[in-house]
Amino acid sequence: MATQDLQIPDAAARAAVLPGGAEELTDTHGEKMVLNMGPSHPATHGVLRIVLELDGEIITKATPEIGYLHRGDEKIAENMTYTQFIPYTDRLDYLAPLANNVAYALAVEKLMGIDHQLPPRCQYIRVICCELARISSHLLGLGSMAMDVGALTVFLFTFTEREKIYNLIEALTGARFTTSYTRIGGVSRDLPAGWVEQCRKFLGEVTANIDETEKLLTRNKIFVDRNRDIGVISREAAIDYGLSGPNLRGSGVDFDLRKAHPYLIYDQLEFDVPIGSVGDCYDRYLIRIEEMRQSVRLLRQCLDKLPGGAGNASKEPVNIPDGKTVLPPKYKVLTSMEELIHQFILVTEGVNAPPGEIYFSAENPKGELGFYINSKGGGTPHRLKIRSPSFVNLSILSFLMPGHMISDTVAIFGSFDFVMGECDR
Amino acid sequence: MSALELAQQLKARFGDCISEPAEFRAEITVRLSEAERIAEVCQFAKKEMGIDYLVDITSIDNYGTDPRWTIIYHLYGYGHHCHLRLKTDVSEEKSELPTVTGVWRTADWHEREIYDMMGIQFRGHPDLRRILMWEGYPYYPLRKDFPLGGKPSAVPEIAFTQTAPEEGGPFVTIAGGKSSTAREPRVREPASDDVELNARVERRRDMKEVHGHSHGPGPVEKK
Repeated sequence: MATQDLQIPDAAARAAVLPGGAEELTDTHGEKMVLNMGPSHPATHGVLRIVLELDGEIITKATPEIGYLHRGDEKIAENMTYTQFIPYTDRLDYLAPLANNVAYALAVEKLMGIDHQLPPRCQYIRVICCELARISSHLLGLGSMAMDVGALTVFLFTFTEREKIYNLIEALTGARFTTSYTRIGGVSRDLPAGWVEQCRKFLGEVTANIDETEKLLTRNKIFVDRNRDIGVISREAAIDYGLSGPNLRGSGVDFDLRKAHPYLIYDQLEFDVPIGSVGDCYDRYLIRIEEMRQSVRLLRQCLDKLPGGAGNASKEPVNIPDGKTVLPPKYKVLTSMEELIHQFILVTEGVNAPPGEIYFSAENPKGELGFYINSKGGGTPHRLKIRSPSFVNLSILSFLMPGHMISDTVAIFGSFDFVMGECDR
Repeated sequence: MSALELAQQLKARFGDCISEPAEFRAEITVRLSEAERIAEVCQFAKKEMGIDYLVDITSIDNYGTDPRWTIIYHLYGYGHHCHLRLKTDVSEEKSELPTVTGVWRTADWHEREIYDMMGIQFRGHPDLRRILMWEGYPYYPLRKDFPLGGKPSAVPEIAFTQTAPEEGGPFVTIAGGKSSTAREPRVREPASDDVELNARVERRRDMKEVHGHSHGPGPVEKK
């Protein structure tokens, strides 16, 4: 079904196609209705508000209103040390906090010039975090997308798996949701005993679950009809509007920061980047499914190649061995003068970053999450800008929505997989 | 092609307007001395240098120095996979520069955000409205002279703000003294707690200053 066939933009055009011309128009013809959707609406995935101008059921104009979750993260960042800001990154894309932690830590490490000193085990653990977060985020994205277009069962399926991811994350970080796992120069703790085995078990289960989800959706007539040729974004428009992540790749742009500008150890791992051919909601759905499979593949490789093995028998470090960057072990703080001083300086003044400016971006589940840090030296950024993928992805809505039926909005929202915590910051 | 070559290309075309490329952590930055020519430079970058992706626009408040504002454009080309950072300065008196929405449509929301947060105008922008804050909010919160806790403000029927307590108040643990459990906000009793009481009194006074009565447009607290 091509939506263009249904699109009759205004009363004049409608009159032109009628045999009797304007006389045949009844009173209701050509009258536009303004419909306010959100900020509290189940399909807007948080607090997006969109003001729709409707001609019948056809959207003629869409104005997204954002900012309902604006907390001033960038202002807050200017008033605290780099390490203190890590918990705030949990609250950006709160469906993939681990990936935000990693991206932020890498940005600060790039500013300090220590990103190449990260121990291999730390890099592997961080990749494991990123890919677990990707699976978790895509599972929710798919579940809620399917639920919005009427397939409630899928949501329950994917949430079963997300629960297992939350258990893994809890075992790893101590928190299920607000992980704050990374530190500048490392991670807060090593993998706990038995975690690798649990993770392997989970990977087997989630693969089966993805297959089941695909069986429920990919050839499902209703799901396909509601998504195919809906919300088509051309390659040119996707680039012009600065889309990133699955939404960009859905439009056929072969671009993934993990391939184009590999960070951590992504250049040593094998994975494929799926891209779409049409750029509709269905393509974006297929890409998320495939990305989860690729994440499983990446996770398997990481678990196999993990330096030090599951139990870290060879005592591989997970932090940069530099007391001026990473907090020293507690027993040393209590027994040695130098470590005590380092701990005191790190806690009160923060890491000593040089003056300069950097931009670092990572391929997060939602797209390109970038941090621009402008430093005048010392432990606090002069300016920290968060380039959030959801913010940029949503800016295309006012261009994309006109011409669609009002029921298509939920399919488009679902396929965009945005998070307002990240959009509004 | 490298980012340095891109910078040289820009310099060859625009001459002295473009500074020598600076490198830090393998990132190339060039500075444009005339902010008025930013749209022209960006148009050239897109057409001739293959920079089809505007990653981000951001702004810095160099409070206390002149020019006060720095606008930063992060450019990227999918063809050559090179990043380039373009900076330009705008004085506080002017606080205006041309929009680049005609070059990349993604600039729309980025520029609106800068206008909203710092109060810099983009001439020729099709829809320069506030984006994160609401219409009518009187301040620009990311300016360095705006306090972290915010300022009281009110737009009747729409929204109001109060100064956030940095100590005491309903969300913040009080520093020092008793054990941390006893200092948590949820265990404190508002009626018998001086910090709580003072925070409320202060809030009422702020509200009265802003719109004449001691309760805001929000729910009125019951005694």
